[in-house]
Amino acid sequence: MYLIRILVAVMLLFSDSASAVEASPNPYEMPEFTTKPTALDELVWSRLEKLDLKPARPCSDAVFLRRVYLDVIGTLPTVKEATRFYADRSPNKRAALIDQLLARDEYTDYWTMKWCDVLRVKAEFPINLWPNAAQAYHRWIRTAIRDNLPYDQFARALLTSSGSNFRVAPVNFYRAMQNREPTGIAQTVALTFMGQRADKWPAERQEQLAAFFNKIGAKSTQEWKEEIIFFDPSKTNTESLAAVRFPDGSVARLESDADPRIVFADWLVRPENPYFTRAVANRYWCWLLGRGIVHEVDDLRPDNPPANPELLAYLERELRSAKYDLKQLLRLILNSHTYQLSSLPADTEHVELARANFAFYPVRRLDAEVLIDALNEITGGKEQYTSAIPEPFTFIPEDFRSISLPDGSISSPFLEMFGRPPRDTGLESERNNRLTAAQRLHLLNSSQLQRKLEGSTRLEHFLNASTVTRPELAGLYLTILSRYPADAEAEVALAYYQKNKTKSREAALDLAWALINSAEFLYRH
Amino acid sequence: MKIDLYTDGTPMMFSDDPMTRRQALKAGLLATAGLLLPGRALVGPLSAANRASDPAAATPTTAQPRAKAVIQIWLWGGSCHIDTFDPKPTAGRDYIGQFEKPIATNVDGIQLNELLPVLAKTADKFSLIRSMTHGNNGHETASYLVQTGRQPGDRQVYPSMGAVVSLFKGYDAGYKGLIPPYVVLTEPQGRFSEAGFLGSRFKPYATGGDPGQTRFAVEGVVAPGITEARQQSRRDLLHNLNTLEHALKSDPQIENAAECEKQAYDLILGDAGKVFDLAQEKDALRERYGRNTFGQSCLMARRLVEKGVPYITINYKGWDTHKQHFQTMRRKLPELDKGLATLLQDLQERGLLGSTIVWCCGEFGRTPKVLWEAPWNGGRNHFGKVFSALVAGGGFKGGQVLGASNATGEEVKDRPVYPCDLIGTMYDLLGIDTNARLPHPQGLDTRVSPPLGDKTASGGRLVELI
Repeated sequence: MYLIRILVAVMLLFSDSASAVEASPNPYEMPEFTTKPTALDELVWSRLEKLDLKPARPCSDAVFLRRVYLDVIGTLPTVKEATRFYADRSPNKRAALIDQLLARDEYTDYWTMKWCDVLRVKAEFPINLWPNAAQAYHRWIRTAIRDNLPYDQFARALLTSSGSNFRVAPVNFYRAMQNREPTGIAQTVALTFMGQRADKWPAERQEQLAAFFNKIGAKSTQEWKEEIIFFDPSKTNTESLAAVRFPDGSVARLESDADPRIVFADWLVRPENPYFTRAVANRYWCWLLGRGIVHEVDDLRPDNPPANPELLAYLERELRSAKYDLKQLLRLILNSHTYQLSSLPADTEHVELARANFAFYPVRRLDAEVLIDALNEITGGKEQYTSAIPEPFTFIPEDFRSISLPDGSISSPFLEMFGRPPRDTGLESERNNRLTAAQRLHLLNSSQLQRKLEGSTRLEHFLNASTVTRPELAGLYLTILSRYPADAEAEVALAYYQKNKTKSREAALDLAWALINSAEFLYRH
Repeated sequence: MKIDLYTDGTPMMFSDDPMTRRQALKAGLLATAGLLLPGRALVGPLSAANRASDPAAATPTTAQPRAKAVIQIWLWGGSCHIDTFDPKPTAGRDYIGQFEKPIATNVDGIQLNELLPVLAKTADKFSLIRSMTHGNNGHETASYLVQTGRQPGDRQVYPSMGAVVSLFKGYDAGYKGLIPPYVVLTEPQGRFSEAGFLGSRFKPYATGGDPGQTRFAVEGVVAPGITEARQQSRRDLLHNLNTLEHALKSDPQIENAAECEKQAYDLILGDAGKVFDLAQEKDALRERYGRNTFGQSCLMARRLVEKGVPYITINYKGWDTHKQHFQTMRRKLPELDKGLATLLQDLQERGLLGSTIVWCCGEFGRTPKVLWEAPWNGGRNHFGKVFSALVAGGGFKGGQVLGASNATGEEVKDRPVYPCDLIGTMYDLLGIDTNARLPHPQGLDTRVSPPLGDKTASGGRLVELI
């Protein structure tokens, strides 16, 4: 079935795509956008103009398709989805695809995963939520992402909830940190919701923030590892109440019988709060464009100014007027020309300046989870995820996708090798997407990858084909790189196949192997 | 400085006032030549002067570090001290279970479990610490403690010793080998993120595969069934089809990818990967090590040391014997015996023992009192209060016993040794300054070892074994 579908699709579309490829110097760019630049783009362009930098060309449909799938749903497009998109002649097809993807279940999984990194959803050492609570916490976050819970309400729930860690899942926010003293909580709150590293603040400012978190009680119950988080008015404030100030310097009114967490949350989510909206807008920008307008996204401070202040202010305004609808923020960015630029810099002399000002889309290695899911998707392979501690060990069904893993303690050697964040701190830098020699070795030559390819149900028709010609090759390219091969590529690939035809299965395997090991597969671009 | 005592009288430090430069100056210690060596100056002279008044202070163990490499044999799950290195023949059946006849060794006064005869003939090459203690009975927290020397529950996750050694002896310190500087045979421990805040770059390279098989198929290096010619031709194919890489040649990410690919192929096709080919060793020697995964891992570790790899962990699983304890020991101890003893002999025969530290222990001991009742039926549970470690080479003396447990192996009787003491001594032997800064992602001031006066308990460096 699969084979037939590919072949039909390929035959229908082959001539179109070939001419499209010819029209452009490479498969990654196109001459003109079919839509108009947005208000966001004007802000980016004007900054680039000031710096005398040129934006990259528009990215091709092939690049856009793959990019938007990977960025929005952490998942590759299928051959059918790709061919359908290429066949669509509507000028607004990119916007339509963005809307479709934002409604997908994988969107929920993937963005939940990102938030679980920030919110440290991990059963074991050193976070020690324990499995039951980690699952509950993950489920709550996932539901919030699925229902697109406005971000101010999301933050408020995490900051102000009271109750059992199993039943009122957002209370786990206060449990998922290594230091649960008021100063430790204050640092985590500042990192999570203000993008700031409070441990670098003057001591007094830290203490002020900590004062909002020094009436949090925790008690265990009869049930194993259940913990109740609650407002405990009997804890006395060491600070004189009148003197407590918010991080912006304004004075807080704390009544001795009122939960100070609520006072803090009220202040935090006010529209005029200078940190809250900025931190999340910057973070979301970074998650799509690989770099914050303020870099790094969790190190906002006066002496680390935004690369483009107007752009950041614009995103903040838009997010506030959208009532903290995060999907709307994503839509705004994804539909911009800025997001849809090619990854080939127009100006090869000032690349770093151009990168910092979003003059092109920066290539980044796929996230560990996305990469293994993509490999499994292409090959029909599976992965075993386990948690080593505590006994009895946790085992996960093998067809589970790693972007949906609920708990940072549940992992696999592949995820560990490819820099999945340990979820120890919630810092963005925990995720390491820099390719290493050991990773390269694994991808090029490991038995894991070799077995996946050789046993691939998805590639079976290709590997066992009596001969490989252009249509079969197009099917392979669509499966692995989500695009048609360019003429020059087809020539190289088919020549290789012809030369090694006596061992045709090996030759076909080598072709699949080469595409999987190409930069185009391994990097978002 | 306020000093608290453990129940056994050991000092435990709870001061907020770690030794500072000011105090050092006051003690008149910085006027030494050590000042010329930034970051190395404090440890030596300071603690020497300080030792009399502060028993928990780090003590310099050696003036001339000779160790270049470390082989860590990790008895994953926690091995029982009294059934291995600390036999208690007079404690009665409730404690000693099935092993009633410890054997003499080639060092007077040292006895070992009866299933360790080869080690018994090698006792002059290693020393035993019979007073290891930390009191923690959880696998993950105890694993963290023993391999970092740090108390869990700090806000930070510190790197394990292997990650620290690969920081100070690895690529940033001039190591040029293609084999990563921190290798684990064959699977990562998975107990905690071994690299801690140093990040995934410092994680151990896990070989996968099984050195006990005819061909040790190191994951990534050896691809069974792919000839060298095919490797070469498909590499060319990849280069010809790598369109994006060609288009983005000067991008730093893509440049890095190309460099990684080159290194990977040096291992796959070049000579570097041959280190994993155990068939290059004589059959007689392979037999001596034992034809099993552990034995051949020991042999593999020696080969890696010869190639200059500074830290190798043998992750030796199967010691978590809540049930079937004695049956398991009868199977495992002979393996441990042959593998470890042959490793020490072989290192010495090749002149490598003097520069290679070998240390062997698990995250804790096991309950000295046998659990005869159901459901354990002759098992032993976790026991962090007392356990044993074996150390050899790299500057450690052989034939010594440091510390002692009491008659039943339930208490430390003499000279408690905490994980930070053992690790700190090994850092000294390696010439790694325990006060040196570790790079921290948030720029925090984090050091190799806990500062003096930290809440970390200490019995002092193992000067007795140097």
